[in-house]
Amino acid sequence: MKSFNGKVLFLDRSDINTDEIIPAKYLTEISREALAPNLLEDLKMDGFDPANDIAGKAVVVTRANFGCGSSREHAPWALEVNGINLVVGESFARIFRQNMFNCGMMAVELPADTIDALFATFAGRETTATTDFEGGTITFSAGDVSRTVPFKISGFDADLVTAGGWVEYADANY
Amino acid sequence: MGRTIAQKIFDDHRVGTPDADMHVIRLDAVFCHEITTPPAILDLERRDKDRVFDPDRIKVVIDHVSPAKDSKTALQGKILRAWAHRHAIKDFFDIGANGVCHAIFPEKGFVRPGYTVIMGDSHTCTHGAFGAFAAGVGTTDLEVGILKGVCAFKSPETMRINITGHLPEGVYAKDVILSVIGRIGVNGATNKVIEFAGPVVAAMDMESRMTLCNMAIEAGGTCGICEPDRTTVDYLWPFIKDQYDTPEAALADFARYLPDADAVYSTTIDHDVSALSPMVTFGYKPDNVKPVAEMAGTPVDQIYIGSCTNGRISDLRIAAKVLSGQRISDNVRAIVSPATPKIYAQALEEGLIKIFMDAGFCVTNPTCGACLGMSNGVLAEGEVCASTTNRNFNGRMGKGGMVHLMSPATAAASAIAGSIANSTLFNG
Ligand code: SF4
Repeated sequence: MKSFNGKVLFLDRSDINTDEIIPAKYLTEISREALAPNLLEDLKMDGFDPANDIAGKAVVVTRANFGCGSSREHAPWALEVNGINLVVGESFARIFRQNMFNCGMMAVELPADTIDALFATFAGRETTATTDFEGGTITFSAGDVSRTVPFKISGFDADLVTAGGWVEYADANY
Repeated sequence: MGRTIAQKIFDDHRVGTPDADMHVIRLDAVFCHEITTPPAILDLERRDKDRVFDPDRIKVVIDHVSPAKDSKTALQGKILRAWAHRHAIKDFFDIGANGVCHAIFPEKGFVRPGYTVIMGDSHTCTHGAFGAFAAGVGTTDLEVGILKGVCAFKSPETMRINITGHLPEGVYAKDVILSVIGRIGVNGATNKVIEFAGPVVAAMDMESRMTLCNMAIEAGGTCGICEPDRTTVDYLWPFIKDQYDTPEAALADFARYLPDADAVYSTTIDHDVSALSPMVTFGYKPDNVKPVAEMAGTPVDQIYIGSCTNGRISDLRIAAKVLSGQRISDNVRAIVSPATPKIYAQALEEGLIKIFMDAGFCVTNPTCGACLGMSNGVLAEGEVCASTTNRNFNGRMGKGGMVHLMSPATAAASAIAGSIANSTLFNG
């Protein structure tokens, strides 16, 4: 199972699309690793600098409809090769969400007010997320402030995460 | 409770329900091309699972950029070639024998009523024309398809679109599907299967049905499906004649996949085409659709006739009929890409290629080419293309380029006029 713990990157915008996550011009790359330097390079957002802000991060916290646009699985891959296996948001585009779990990664949906509270409390501070997969909680902490939020994913999605993705799960079960 | 075509196919192929609404289905065919398959192959190698579930059910083609245009596309071809070879995949179509995936696989008889098909390509929905469930998928789903021959889908909610009335002369399947997308919108069928039915579909040949189903994805549909009938059987007969004594026997067998009279649909739409005129897109979304007459005179720089939507022999025949004895305008350049070698050879034999060349067209080898803006007719910034393809997204045929989608008849007429124009085949 992948790690869902580490430093948090806050992306305070809805509808971040797959072109912003990884531009189409990199689709001729055949290795996932080649995508690493280009994650979020076309995301234009005040206070976000992909060259400095991504390194060392392991979790993304964002708003609604993350991963909309094309079906490219290069989007989760570009996150994965940067060590980011968990995206927490208000909602996700269907294919992006499926692609994440197919890769053994997690796209976790939380209510809008919980997301608001996370941004209000932690954005701009050095924040760490620690996931209790069995217990279904994520604990965010910065300095002496900490907040634990419950999350729910389907049984099938949980199985994909435990197995390390759809390839391992399918190979073991079908 | 009555079932739709897709529900019947799912019931026949289900091997597991890992969640209330998740169905793992067995696959009859996995199609592969050189853009999305190499990452799946490399990942399987990395996991030490470089296996295939059944080399006879995997069909492979190099089609998107062929011949290779640079080192990266050459490498994509090289990885695919080596993989097909080491797994003894005999249906591998390399340069000289290759064509656009959604044209060549049906032509080889690889799709049958009731089949389940996946491919790492969004226009896989084309194959639903045969009464099959065929869906485009991401890389991991493709990878699992290759490895295990299964794929997971949510319950196939179905939308029924009855195409009613009579199709006027000079109006084609492309005009019908553009008008449908214009009506229901780019999200109109998201997560749904579209069953295309009604008298107009029943009267269509297989090529027209493929054009119809090809663009189901442009309305967000997972798959477009037509009911298998005598037309389906006749098309497939050369490939199934050893399995059935008579076409009637095949037809009776395929009737298993007809929808029940009391099948439950999420929506049913009657779409009357009796007053339909040729249609064209005007923006960057495929539901930005207008009658050609309203766009007439819009200047274009390039004409493109080809692709998995409209690069088949009937499309070339219609375009050649419009072009016969004519020259393209001095203001445009025009390209035709027959979708498969068989279509190319047939077009040569019928004298169509000569008509295209005499008119001033460039005839390319079978490939996706300009359709996805990677080779063979990429647009420059600010240029406009009149195209028989399926996507008019911003930059689709080249950064800063504009694409107007239309039928082959309209594209040919626009080539002669040098601007968007109705063909002489339409007298509305
Ligand atoms: S012809 Fe165009 S739409 Fe069809 S498979 Fe090729 S690139 Fe895709």
